[in-house]
Formats: sequence, structure tokens, C-alpha cells
Amino acid sequence: MALKIVKGSIDRMFDKNLQDLVRGIRNHKEDEAKYISTCIDEIKQELKQDNIAVKANAVCKLTYLQMLGYDVSWAAFNIVEVMSSSKFTYKRIGYLAASQCFHESTDVIMLTTNQIRKDLSSPNQYDTGVALTGLSCFVTPDLARDLANDIMTLMSHTKPYIRKKAVLIMYKVFLKYPESLRPAFPRLKEKLEDPDPGVQSAAVNVICELARRNPKNYLSLAPLFFKLMTSSTNNWVLIKIIKLFGALTPLEPRLGKKLIEPLTNLIHRKIHIFSSHKMLCSQSHLIVSLSRIAVLISLSSGMPNHSASIQVMKYLGLLAMSKILKTHPKSVQSHKDLILQCLDDKDESIRLRALDLLYGMVSKKNLMEIVKKLMLHVDKAEGTTYRDELLTKIIDICSQSNYQYITNFEWYISILVELTRLEGTRHGHLIASQMLDVAIRVRAIRVFAVAQMATLLDNAHLLTGNMQRMGICEVLYAAAWICGEFSEHLENPMQTLEAMLRPKVATLPGHIQAVYVQNAAKLFATVLKNQEGNTDSTAAQETSQLMIDRLPLFVQSANLEVQERASCILQLVKYIQKLQQKDVEVAEEVCALFAGELNPVAPKAQKKVPVPEGLDLDAWINEPPSESESEDEQPKAIFAKEEPKHSRPRHTEVDEKELARRREARKQEQANNPFYIKASPSSQKAYQEAPGVEHIPVVQIDLSVPLKVPGLPMSDQYVKLEEERRQKERADKKKKEKKKRKEKRSGRGRKHDSGPESEEDITPAHMVDIVTEEMPEVHRSCLNITMNLKGNARTNMISAKVYDIQGNLQDGSQVVVSVIFENKCDSFLKSMEFNVLDSLNSKLQRPEGSGPHDGLTVPFQLPPGVSNEARFVFTVQSIVMPQKLKGTLTFIVKNEDSSTHEKLDFKLHFTCTSYLITTPCYSDAFAKLLESGDLKCSSVRLEGVIMPFHHLLARICFHHHFSVVERIDSCASMYSRSIQGHHVCLLVKTSGQTVSIDAKCDEPTLLGNVLDEIKQTFSQC
Amino acid sequence: CIRFILIQNRAGKTRLAKWYMQFDDDEKQKLIEEVHAVVTVRDAKHTNFVEFRNFKIIYRRYAGLYFCICVDVTDNNLAYLEGIHNFVEVLNEYFHNVCELDLVFNFYKVYTVVDEMFLAGEIRETSQTKVLKQLLMLQSLE
Repeated sequence: MALKIVKGSIDRMFDKNLQDLVRGIRNHKEDEAKYISTCIDEIKQELKQDNIAVKANAVCKLTYLQMLGYDVSWAAFNIVEVMSSSKFTYKRIGYLAASQCFHESTDVIMLTTNQIRKDLSSPNQYDTGVALTGLSCFVTPDLARDLANDIMTLMSHTKPYIRKKAVLIMYKVFLKYPESLRPAFPRLKEKLEDPDPGVQSAAVNVICELARRNPKNYLSLAPLFFKLMTSSTNNWVLIKIIKLFGALTPLEPRLGKKLIEPLTNLIHRKIHIFSSHKMLCSQSHLIVSLSRIAVLISLSSGMPNHSASIQVMKYLGLLAMSKILKTHPKSVQSHKDLILQCLDDKDESIRLRALDLLYGMVSKKNLMEIVKKLMLHVDKAEGTTYRDELLTKIIDICSQSNYQYITNFEWYISILVELTRLEGTRHGHLIASQMLDVAIRVRAIRVFAVAQMATLLDNAHLLTGNMQRMGICEVLYAAAWICGEFSEHLENPMQTLEAMLRPKVATLPGHIQAVYVQNAAKLFATVLKNQEGNTDSTAAQETSQLMIDRLPLFVQSANLEVQERASCILQLVKYIQKLQQKDVEVAEEVCALFAGELNPVAPKAQKKVPVPEGLDLDAWINEPPSESESEDEQPKAIFAKEEPKHSRPRHTEVDEKELARRREARKQEQANNPFYIKASPSSQKAYQEAPGVEHIPVVQIDLSVPLKVPGLPMSDQYVKLEEERRQKERADKKKKEKKKRKEKRSGRGRKHDSGPESEEDITPAHMVDIVTEEMPEVHRSCLNITMNLKGNARTNMISAKVYDIQGNLQDGSQVVVSVIFENKCDSFLKSMEFNVLDSLNSKLQRPEGSGPHDGLTVPFQLPPGVSNEARFVFTVQSIVMPQKLKGTLTFIVKNEDSSTHEKLDFKLHFTCTSYLITTPCYSDAFAKLLESGDLKCSSVRLEGVIMPFHHLLARICFHHHFSVVERIDSCASMYSRSIQGHHVCLLVKTSGQTVSIDAKCDEPTLLGNVLDEIKQTFSQC
Repeated sequence: CIRFILIQNRAGKTRLAKWYMQFDDDEKQKLIEEVHAVVTVRDAKHTNFVEFRNFKIIYRRYAGLYFCICVDVTDNNLAYLEGIHNFVEVLNEYFHNVCELDLVFNFYKVYTVVDEMFLAGEIRETSQTKVLKQLLMLQSLE
């Protein structure tokens, strides 16, 4: 036995120590892995020894290997052994290894609990220290629970060295075992006033981190921190404290005021700290001075001869500004030039920060300028990632909030066209979707867009020439579609048609070819129409021949959709050719294939269309086909791209009479259907008959200039044009103002706003149809709620229609009223103010700080013929009675030469029904509700109702927001709930022409009123 | 708070890796490589801050060594930049003119220094004299 030990220790003399291992690895650069695997074998041998020194050495080497990325988890148990050694040197090695290798799922951690507890209470402070350090790395919820008490006692250890560590570890313990926070908190608070600054700073750190998660609970500590902030000299601690205040100030505004002085002092003392000033957002004037400091530091002086720190300052300056931007955009906007300079910086971090800032800085005035600068950078930029980033940023900037900042869409289209010339961008589809979006939504731009797209199609070879540019060929998808859909605007449709049918097109991806084929057909229709007007019929026949010559190429396509569309269209053209040879006029009929206007539709619009009575989408129409049959079906994905086709009416085989009848019926239905996307039927008419948008003055552009030249940037000229336009407008306005002043002097005293050109005064050259998904979702009705317009001649100018009154489910006392304003006159309406005389029960919610009689500004202006929706929130206390509120709408009518201030009185009628919300209810719940006995009874009889029972039910559901619970023959139970949670139950019975409704509700007044309203609905019909 | 501290040389060899967040071993290795790729391409004229996944890296280069601290995006950049410098000054004092080989051969001591200055992802002690005193005490125990 003794011999064995001696032999063992002699062997050990040749063991590698850590130094040898490190040196060995450095000497075996070529076969490092092999060398290490032999080392690991040796280590495994060493770990089998009883000698703790040998084991510790082995574990130490393992820790090194672990750092290099080798797996040592197999030695976890040995690490625990070394940890439990009584000698500090070994213990330290063990804890180090544990802190590096252990994680929550290491199972041996459970074995360490007692060992750690022993070490924590060791009389030697270094034993305790090393255990605490290790614990901080591998603490698990179990360990935290078991050891929380021990660590808490250590927080009042005599040695500051231990106190400090214990305080910090408590944070980890809180995270893993939140229950420990409550008992430990008083002690933690005590540590903020510890005599040792290290302990203090540790406590600040912990509380700061905790407060970030839940600031409210730490508000009471503010005075203590305030004291610390003024007394502490440690930068790191100061930064943490300021950060903590950052979390607290939003909760307690008074704190912000108090902080201004000490903070400004600090800023002057230590420029370092300003970068952590996030909290200052609540302090406007300080911000202004700060932004100056930020700019000063980041961009001008910095520290000469020390470029790295200038960069650091620049970065921090930009970071600070992006924070300020959120609350005080004005103060940042003045530094636009400096920020643009930062785009030239070599460092990508700085450039990206600057880009972020630009996004928030644009306004109608500077958009063109900023984008122009960005375009320059796009050309210069190296590396596709940064260039792609720029591209997406440009599009983001331009398209943000529904193209809010774009005043000239021709300019935007040319920017998009220029972007297509970028090499190797991945964002082709993004550009394409923007083109489509703009072309569809901005009517006035279509002529121009079509011309541009035709040029693009003509030069398609430039885009597709190179395989790298495949991403960009997505743009052709948009180009082809726009040219086809709006082909009536094409100057030379024949040429575009030819461009679309070039053999080269066959190299494009399938989905693009499909669009090409479809739109070639549309173009063909247009061309035919143009040519049949002429007497020469050969031209038309030549066009058909061209189609017949070129289409077979697509019929052979490997892509199923292309193939299908091409062969369909080919046969059609062949048929047309036959007719042409017999001298039959076909153009009209061919055009009818593609007739109908596409209107933009909100993404959620479909959901709002109610499912027609008796339609069950889940039921089989025919018996389900057998398995084998369904396998033969073509995959569904083929039709995925076909939406534009679906939405177009196909009435070709219907005779003219039927067509007219259907059209009439549809119009009728649209007019009556409140769900139809065109919010008011008359606005739609206005579009068709008197296109209001096109009347907006736009400077005509000489199209002969470079627009036709491909490969030449042209957006620049728009900047100039826009300038001219604005100047002209300004001049016009001045003229007008002079006139007005004259008028004023002559005593007519009309209201108008003069002064410097403000943001809103820049009238956009094109308007966007704004269709967003924000439209109210739930049921609505405009039949039983009307806004009584009292005006006389003025009503001809504007119509305001209450579109929806809807209770807020989250807040039982809030009602949202959506009003559609439509401008019916030829003048521009602006500065609309909506005001309602509050009653005791209902109040219009006004922004903070405005008086109880101030009006609410309607957040848009109305060009002639345009309508838009605004929402107003009312607070309602009691909902049991219907309400009528009086109100006024004031607005300014702007004519060519004058403007007048007009007023419109109206009454707003809140019915009790509008407080009800359709809530489904199951029959058993319904029965329980009736049985409960809390409900009051009431009933009503309706005489002379001539309609089928299910229509009657549908009507109640639709107009009064009920849902049917159960229906048995001529008897049905219905349910609804008010926004304040009242249950309303109906039992509807019918016999002959008499309908009796028995109702129950926990609020008799509400019930009575709802029944009255129902009665009224049926008396009207 | 700090997510991890890394010291790497230009070739990407790890000289120290201290994790304050739990990752598994593969993830750790991946992070080390990514950090190396992000940091080494930047030259001296660049800022000391890089965005990295959901975090940011604050780094400083001393001779051939990159000292990187990965922190939350909401954290203060300068505090940690100064923290790194403070740490390096302590190392320099402790090893008397520190060089890369000092860190390689005494890697466990470097961990001790880290543990003395940072704990549980927070900056624990910033006074150089205090840290050095503690380190000497610890050394005398061995």
C-alpha cells in the first residue's frame, strides 16, 4: 500500500502542470486536437488518483481546456470534489471550474448545497468570498431557495468585502427565487447608507436593476438616491443612479423638476454622464441644452488628435439625439446637416444610427432633400448589406404613415425607378409593392406611373441581363401589371405590348411571366380598341397576328400558371382573329373582359361583410369526392397569385339587359350596405362623376425632357419643380392674404390664419386614398343613429355622417363615435373643429390641458370631393337612457381667392342600442341566467309585421346587436350585453303578423329603452 | 447588466471568457466566433460599440488583445468602456506590465481579477487600490 502511494507520487512528478499544458498546446499548433485528446486522457488518469493536489491540478487544466471550447462536462463530479477541499488553493480552483462549467441543468449542483452553505459561514472571509463568486455564476432556483437566508445574513457581515459580494448576489437570488425579495428588501435599503462606498455602489446597482422591472415600488427611495447623487463621486455609481431616476421620473413628474439643477451641474462636471441622460425626456429645456452639448461633442470639436474618442462621442451624440427625437423632434431637426454628414462616416455603427435618426426627422419640407442625399449614398455605398439597408430606409421614410410626407408622387415614382438600377439588391419585391401601392391608390399619378413602367418594360434587358440582379426583376411584375391595368394611359401601347412579348421574357421567374401574359391580354384589348377606331382594319389584324405568333412561347412554359393563362388567351385571340377576318367589330367585347375599376380595399374588409342568411360555408355543396379523384387535382398554389383576376367581374356571356339589371342591383346594395368600403355612397359617385383629386393644381411637367431616357437619374428635377410649385403657392397665398387684408380693412372681418408657411400649408400635389386596417371592426350601424344636421345652405358644403357608435369593451364608460366628413363643395376645407356641449352624463374626451368648452381639431383637411373618417371618444356615466348631445362643427372654406369661416350645428344621438355589444351566449348559460331571478321583466308587442321570421331575427341582430341563442320554429331566444355588463335577454315569438317580445334585463330602464328602439325599427319598415 | 466578458487575441484565440448568462457549450463557442468576426474587422477609427444580436458589445483593443464586454442595449456605453480600461489598468499593475502571455499562463488569476471587479453581471469594485490589495491577500493564501 505504502509502496503504491510512493509510486503514485513519483509518477506524479512527471505530470504536466498548467504551464506545461499551455506550452504544449502552443508547441503543437498543427495537431492541436490530437495533442489535447492525449492531454484529456492523462487528465482522466489524474482524476482517478486519491491525491487532492493532483486532482486540483487536473481540474485547473480542464478549466483551461473548457475555455478553449472543449467539452469537460464529464468531470463535473470531480469538480465538486475539489470544491469541497478544505485548502483554499484547491477550493478556489474548484469554484473557478464550477463557475465556468456548471449551468442550471448540471445535475451535480444539487450535491453542492451543503458544501456551499458551509463555505458561506466559514470564519475565513476568503472562503466565503470565493463561494459567493462561484455561486453567482451557477445559482439555480433550488440553490437560491435553500441559500437565500444564508446570503441575507452575510449582507450584514462585519467585513465590507463580503457585504459587497452578498448584496450583489442577492440580485441573482431575487431573479431565481423572487419570494426572497420581500424579506430582504429592508436590509438592502439599509445598505444604501453603508459606510463603505463599495457596498453602497453594489446596493445602488441592485436596486437600479430591480427598479427597471418595476419602478413604482421604488419611488419611496427617491430622496435617498437624490442624496447619493449629490454626494457620490464615483462615475459608475452616478450613471446607475441617473438611470434609476430615468425609470422613476415618468411616475413622479415633480422629481424631474428637482433633478434639473444637480444634473446640469453634473453635466458640466463630467461630460461622461450625459450619455445616460435618457430620463431627461420629461425636461424640455434641459433637453435643448443637452442636444446642443450632444451635437457639439459628437460632431465638432471632440478631442483633437484622438480620432477614436471623436468617434465614440459622435456615436453617443447620435444615440442621445435619437432619444431626444422622440420627445422633442424640433430641437433635433435643426441639426439635420450634421446628421447627414454622419452618413459619410467610415463606421457602419455610426451610419446606421444616423439613418435611424433620419427616419424620425423627415417632414414634408425636407423629405426630398433628405432622400436626394440618401440616393447619393446609395450610389457610393460599398457592400450590399449597407446598400440594402439604405434602400429599405428610403422606402420606409417615404412610405411612413400612409405617404404622409410625400407631396409629389411623380418624384417618388422616379425615385423607385432609380432604385431599380441598384445592383444586386434583394429588395425587388419591396420596390414592386411600393409601385403597385402608389399606382393603385394615387389616381393622379397613374398617367405618369404608366409611362415610367412602360420605359422599364422596354429596358427590361437592363434589369435581367445579369443573374446577380434576379432580385430586382420582381419590379417587372409591378411594371407589367401597372401597364396592363391602366393601359388606357399608355402613350404607345403597341410598343409596350411588343416589349412584353419578347422571347427574353421566358427567362423570367414563372410568377412574373404569368403576370406578363395576363397583362399582355389587357394591353391587346386596349390596342384593338384604339385601332378599330381607325378605318384601316389591317393594323388590328396585325396585332392579333403578333399575339398569335408570340404566345406559343408561353404555352410551352414549364410553369403551370403561365401555361394555362397563355393557352387560354391564345385561343381567345385566335377566335378574335376569325371574327376580325369577317370584319366584325370585336374591340368592345374584348375590353369588356377586363372592364371594371379596381378600388383599394382594406386588408380586413372581407371580414366585415356579413355571411348571408342560410349560407353555411362548412357544409358540402356536393358530396366529397373520393380519395383517388382528389389526387388528380392540381395543387392549389397555382392560383395563389390570381387575386387581381378574381376581383374583376366577368360578364361576357350575360346579355346587356341582365347586365344592367345586375349593375343596378349592386349599386343599390352598395348604397344600403354600411359595410361597403366606400364609406359613403355619394363619395364614390363623386369619384366617378367629378374626379376631385385631379383638380388639384400640379405643375405640368414637360414629358419630352429626359423621362424617356433610361439609365439617367431624374428625381432631382422634382426637387426643383417642387420648390417652384411651393414658391408659386406661397405667392398665391400672399396674394390671397393681401386681398384678405383688404377685405378686413373694408370691415368684413373674415377669419383666416396668416403667418409663416407652416407644415400643414404645403398642399400635396397628389392625394392618397387612405385605406388602412384601422377601420372599426365590430358591428356597426348607421341606420338607427343619425346626426341631425341643422344647417341649411351650408349643408351643401360638407356632410358629416355618424358612421358608428361603439362601446369600448375594456372601459365600460367609453364610447367611440366615428364620423365621416365629406366635402361636397368645390373648395378646400380646413381647420375643422368638432365640439360638443357636454351634458352631465356624457362628455367628449379632450386632450389634457384643454378646457371643458374647447373643440377638438379634426386631424385632416378635406380637398373637394374627398371624405375621411375621424373618431371621437366620449365618456358616458350612465348608459340606461338614450342621449342627445348638441354640437357644432366649425371649419374654414378656402376658395381660389378667399376663405370663410363656417359653422354647422348638429345633434348627436346616442341610442341605448349603441351601448350593446353582440356577445354570443350558449343555451345552458342563457337558461341559468334566466333562472337566476335577478332580471326584471318587460314585454312589447309589434303588430302588422310582414316579414319572414328569420328576417326579423336578422334585423334585430343587425340593428340592435343581439345574437340568437336558440331558435325553435316561430320562437327564438336572443342575447346581448351592454358595455357595462348588463345582460339583455329576449324571447321573440311570432304568430301571424303579431310579434311579441318578452325581455329580461337587470336594468329595467335600459330594457325599456332598448325595446322602444326595437319597436321603432319595425315601425319604420 | 453584463452578459459576458471576453478577451480574445487577433487570431480569435480566447484568453478569457466569463459568462454571466447561461448558455450551453455550443452556443458559447458560436458567440465567441461571432464576436471575433464582428470586432476584428473594425479599425482604430471606428467606435468602440457594436450592436450584436439583441445586445451590444463594448470593446477596446490593447496591443493584440480585444477586451469585449457584452451588455444590454439599454446600458450605458461609457460606463463599461471605462470599466474595461479600469480592468486593464488593474491587470497591468498586478502582472507588472502585462502582456498576452501573462494572461495565458495565469489564466486562473485573470479570472480572480475579473471576479474581484465584476460580480453577477455588475461592476462591483472600481477602486484599483482596493482590488489590488484584495488580490495580494488572495495570492498570499496560496
